[in-house]
Amino acid sequence: MPLLVVEDLRIYYFTGRGVVRAVDGVSFSLEPGEVLGIAGESGCGKSTLAWGLIGLVPPPGRIVSGRIVLDGVDIVGLSEDVLRSRIRWKRISMIFQGAMNTLTPVYTVGRQMVELLRVHGGFSEREARARVLELLDSVGLERGIFDRYPHELSGGQKQRVTIAMALALDPDIVIADEPTTALDVVVQAQILNLLKRLQREKGISFILISHDLGVIAELADKVMVMYAGRVVEYGPADIVLRRPGHPYTYMLLRAFPRIHGPRGRLEYIPGAPPDLRSPPPGCRFHPRCPFRVEECSVREPSLRDLGGGHYVACIRAGELQFSV
Amino acid sequence: MIEVLRFRPRRYVYAVNNVSFALREGEVFCLVGESGCGKTTTGRALLGLVKPTGGRILYRPSRELAERLGELGVVFEDGFVDLVSLGRREWRLVRREIQVVYQDPYSSLNPRFTVKRSVEEPLIIHGIGDEEWRDRRVREMLEAVRLLPVSEYLERYPHELSGGQRQRVAIARAFILNPRLVVADEPVSMLDVSIRAEILELLVSLKSRLGTTIVFITHDLATARYVCDRIAVMYLGSIVEVGDAEKVIREPLHPYTRALIAAIPEPDPANRRRMRELPIKGEVPSAVDLPRGCSFMPRCVVYDRADPRIKRLCEERRPGLARVARDHWVACWAVS
Repeated sequence: MPLLVVEDLRIYYFTGRGVVRAVDGVSFSLEPGEVLGIAGESGCGKSTLAWGLIGLVPPPGRIVSGRIVLDGVDIVGLSEDVLRSRIRWKRISMIFQGAMNTLTPVYTVGRQMVELLRVHGGFSEREARARVLELLDSVGLERGIFDRYPHELSGGQKQRVTIAMALALDPDIVIADEPTTALDVVVQAQILNLLKRLQREKGISFILISHDLGVIAELADKVMVMYAGRVVEYGPADIVLRRPGHPYTYMLLRAFPRIHGPRGRLEYIPGAPPDLRSPPPGCRFHPRCPFRVEECSVREPSLRDLGGGHYVACIRAGELQFSV
Repeated sequence: MIEVLRFRPRRYVYAVNNVSFALREGEVFCLVGESGCGKTTTGRALLGLVKPTGGRILYRPSRELAERLGELGVVFEDGFVDLVSLGRREWRLVRREIQVVYQDPYSSLNPRFTVKRSVEEPLIIHGIGDEEWRDRRVREMLEAVRLLPVSEYLERYPHELSGGQRQRVAIARAFILNPRLVVADEPVSMLDVSIRAEILELLVSLKSRLGTTIVFITHDLATARYVCDRIAVMYLGSIVEVGDAEKVIREPLHPYTRALIAAIPEPDPANRRRMRELPIKGEVPSAVDLPRGCSFMPRCVVYDRADPRIKRLCEERRPGLARVARDHWVACWAVS
């Protein structure tokens, strides 16, 4: 049974200049112990989706419709009080980019972690301290970090602290939104290794969001590709990253610079993503798609099952065969 | 780190000696490294935006510029001027030939300037051409960076443009003076992957057409591979390896270059089945208290396995760049 089921979720921003349909009918499920990678470029709605899952969509955005069913309970519409006391940190926790949103500069690392455990987990001061030391060990930090302030830590150390905090209360699901984007490549690799190890050891269910398909490939069992607020492809990583069914996924992979193997030619996708206040009719990718047919500008494709858990939202799904 | 900027030119437009880098006319030369390695500072030194504490930056100007500099009493050596010794007045002239493209197209363009004004600005500053000529030149440049149809972009403001379009404007502005050298500091890192190649292609095609030399600064070795003729890898303020781009990437010799390459994740789903092996220890230390010998030593796995004689060298003496093959230099005691 899936741990999380998201059904036809729509999250819109009601701005003075129109309604931005940032997440526009997204559905997926997450099995226990599974890593789902959500890939897409800026403005595709992946971060809005992440905020939606923990009930923190910034205004003027809000969830317009759809369900987020966690272990059988729809959490859309739960009050902020309930979300804060019962869901966040305990059931679903989050690792943000650059640790900025998680760490407060005015308290020591240890103090912040202890407070989290006391307030959200009902730990006593003593229990909390013991647990924090254990957590620091598990993310590969020295215990001396406890008495340090965030500004005394390197980027990699800070990100390890936020990972420790995300795991503090043994949540069912950890959402990591661009967890390594602000980091240098060597530190990024160290953090990805850490996430990989923790995921294996603890069987954490992960939602990993990144613009970087290389980062996604490090961890994800399944990959969901978003474009302009919609899911264009979803399936096992081995299929989506090797034999994608959607032209966007294929072209994104071709645009990815390679360090190994022959150099080849770096491709690009002409044009830019659409304005989500007035997305194009039909398939949202069609104005940039070299594989489009006439029908693409008229009919909006929905996800089609290609077998083996592989879904593609393209009018030519199944007919177009790519390999990367 | 500026000490490494000791330029000794022969038939190069420009070079860093102390066996560091020698810029060849018309090439794309990459400075690659992680944050704090000094790549941006090096670029800023080339642009005269930071004054090196030591060393020289020798540059061979065009004949026209050389004449004008001569009139100001600038001393030449073999046809080269030391950029470090120039004052503001001289730099104003030199800047005609050395331009820059910055990382962030959101902050590098004046938000109150139209596209036309931004691109025209260098011509105005240097008092080149009359209004009609400048207008024609601006249109030519916008066409060259494929902001088409040009008439639709001339009067737009930066906020009306996408990131990629803004970066095209920045490139048009940098190239409008026909510069001989362009420093491009992370010009695509803020752009979406799907449009990066288009901007890179634009840069390369412009430089090929105009014979410009480009110093391309990036943290991303994989991207460097697609645009650069040669790559210099920097670590804590010095160049640890430099050479032909494909050679450095396919046969990296410095332990740091090897670690950088090993760390780059590629979209290969097989990667998730194994832990990534990283032949490097810890994180970049502060550049304030560098070890006496090789600054990479504290993180070096080759040092750990090296024999005592080499180890002593690593601990006591800074390795300089040594030639290991044609067009391939490495600063490592264990390699050379």
